[in-house]
Amino acid sequence: METLTIAGKTLALDADGNLANRNDWNEEIARELAAQEGIPELTPQHWAVINFMRSVFEKEGDAPSIRRLTKESGVDTKTLYQLFPKGPAKRAARIAGLPKPKGCI
Amino acid sequence: MRNILILGGGTAGTIMANKLAAALDDKEWRITIVDGTEEHYYQPGFLFVPFGIYRMRDLVKPRRQYLPGNVRFIPSGIDIIDPGTKTVKLTNGTPLKYDYLIIATGANIHPEQTEGLLDEEWGRSKFDFYTPQGAERLSQFLKGWQGGRLVLSITEMPIKCPVAPLEFLFLADEYFTRRGMRDKVELHLITPLSGAFTKPTSSRVLGEFLERKGIRVTPDFDLGRVDSKEKKIVAWDDTEVNYDVLVSIPTNMGDAAIARSGLGNDLNFVATHRETLMAEGLEDVFVIGDATNLPTSKAGSVAHFESEILFQNFLEHIDGRPPIAHFDGHSNCFIESGFDKGMLIDFNYDTEPLPGEFPLPGVGPFTLLGESRVNHYGKLMFRWVYWNLLLRGMELPIEAEMSMAGKRV
Repeated sequence: METLTIAGKTLALDADGNLANRNDWNEEIARELAAQEGIPELTPQHWAVINFMRSVFEKEGDAPSIRRLTKESGVDTKTLYQLFPKGPAKRAARIAGLPKPKGCI
Repeated sequence: MRNILILGGGTAGTIMANKLAAALDDKEWRITIVDGTEEHYYQPGFLFVPFGIYRMRDLVKPRRQYLPGNVRFIPSGIDIIDPGTKTVKLTNGTPLKYDYLIIATGANIHPEQTEGLLDEEWGRSKFDFYTPQGAERLSQFLKGWQGGRLVLSITEMPIKCPVAPLEFLFLADEYFTRRGMRDKVELHLITPLSGAFTKPTSSRVLGEFLERKGIRVTPDFDLGRVDSKEKKIVAWDDTEVNYDVLVSIPTNMGDAAIARSGLGNDLNFVATHRETLMAEGLEDVFVIGDATNLPTSKAGSVAHFESEILFQNFLEHIDGRPPIAHFDGHSNCFIESGFDKGMLIDFNYDTEPLPGEFPLPGVGPFTLLGESRVNHYGKLMFRWVYWNLLLRGMELPIEAEMSMAGKRV
C-alpha cells in the first residue's frame, strides 16, 4: 500500500492516492495535501467547501458532485474551479481526506 | 386485490411486468405499468444509426406487444409519487393507488443543462445519438460531411451505457476509413474521466485501442460551456477545444417526476439499497435500472441482472419476509470495436473489468477486454435476444451474480 509522510506521521493511501483512513485527517494534513495539489494557501472559501464535503460524506458515505457543491455549498462552479483547479470534486475530496467521489462508472 | 404499480415501460419495467405476471395469481394481483410513450426502442441499437448500420425503424416496437395480456398498460406521464399515501398521480390527472411500487423511470439526456449546448446549431453542427431524432440527424449529417475535426464530448458522469462513446469513435474510424476519407477526419474524445474509461485495467487497454486507431483523448475535461459561434467547447478551468462537428453526450438525469416528488439526488436518481434494490427510506418501493443511484453502469445488462434479484426479493417482501437476494453490481457490456470485431467487459461493484475469456454454453467463449469476431456477432445477435427472450423475462444462460471463471487477475 502507498503511504505518505506528513509532519512526521506516515499515512496509508488508497489506490487513487487519497487517504485510506479518513480519521487520519486533520487541518494540518489538509494544508499539506493542498500544497501537493498546487494550492499554497487554504482560504476561508476553501475551508467552506472542504467542510461541506466532509459533512456530506459523514451523512451519506460519498462526497458530493460538483453539481451539488454548486447548489448547496454557496460557492458557484466557476469559483470552485478557481479554488481547486483541474477538478474541484476530485481535488477537494483528496484535500478533505475523503475517497474520490464514486459518482460514475 | 393487491396492486403492483410499475413506473416506466422500458427494459427494466417490461422485464418486471413479465416476471411478476407469470409468477402471481391474477385473481389476487393487479399489475399496472405506466409510461409516457407507446413505443419501446431498442436503445443499444441507437449507436449504429449514425453509421447507417441500423435504421431507426428497425429498432422500435409497440410497448404493449411485450407486455402480458393481464397487465394493464396506461400511456401517461407521471406527475407526482406520494409514498406517504401510496398514490401516484399521473399527468392525465388520474390518481393510482398502489400496495407495491417499482420505479423504473430510467434516465434521459439533458442538453439544456449545459450553457450554449442547446441552441439553433443543435442538430446542425452539434448532435447527440442518445435519442431517435438525434441519431437520425447525425446519420444524415455524416453522409454529406467532407471531413474535419469530430469531437465527442462527455459532459459529466454517470451516463447511460458508458462504453457507447468509445464504440461511437471505433465505428466512426471504420466508417470514415471505408468511405476513403479517414485521413481527412480527426477523431477526438473529451472526457471528465482521468482516462478512456473508469477503472485502471480497462482504461489502459481501451486507451491503447484508441491510440492505435489514431483517436486522440483529452481526459479530466469538465465541460463548462459550448460556444457555437466559434465552434469550441470550454472547460470550467478555461481550457478550450475547437470542433467542426460536436457529438455530445449531454448530462444524463432521472425522470422529472422523481424531482417533483422529492425522491431523487441532484441528478434525479433515486437512493436505492445497493444489495436489496429497495428504495432507501420508503416502504414497499423498489427501484431498478437507470433510475437508481447505484454505483454501477446504467445499462440494459444491469437492469436484467437486477430484475432477477428484485424478483426474488419482491416475492419474499409481499409475504412479509426479509430480502434474500443480494445484487453485486454485475454489468456485462459488449463493446463494438469496428471492422466486425468487438470486445466484452464483465464486472461488478468490487471487481473491475479484467481480461480473459467469458464462458457461455453453446456460443462462447467470448473474449474479455480483447477483440474478437465472436464478440461482434454476440452484440448483433443480442438484438434478437432482447426482443424475444430478455424483455419477456425468460431465463438467459448468464447468471445475475458475476463469476470469476475465465478472468485473468
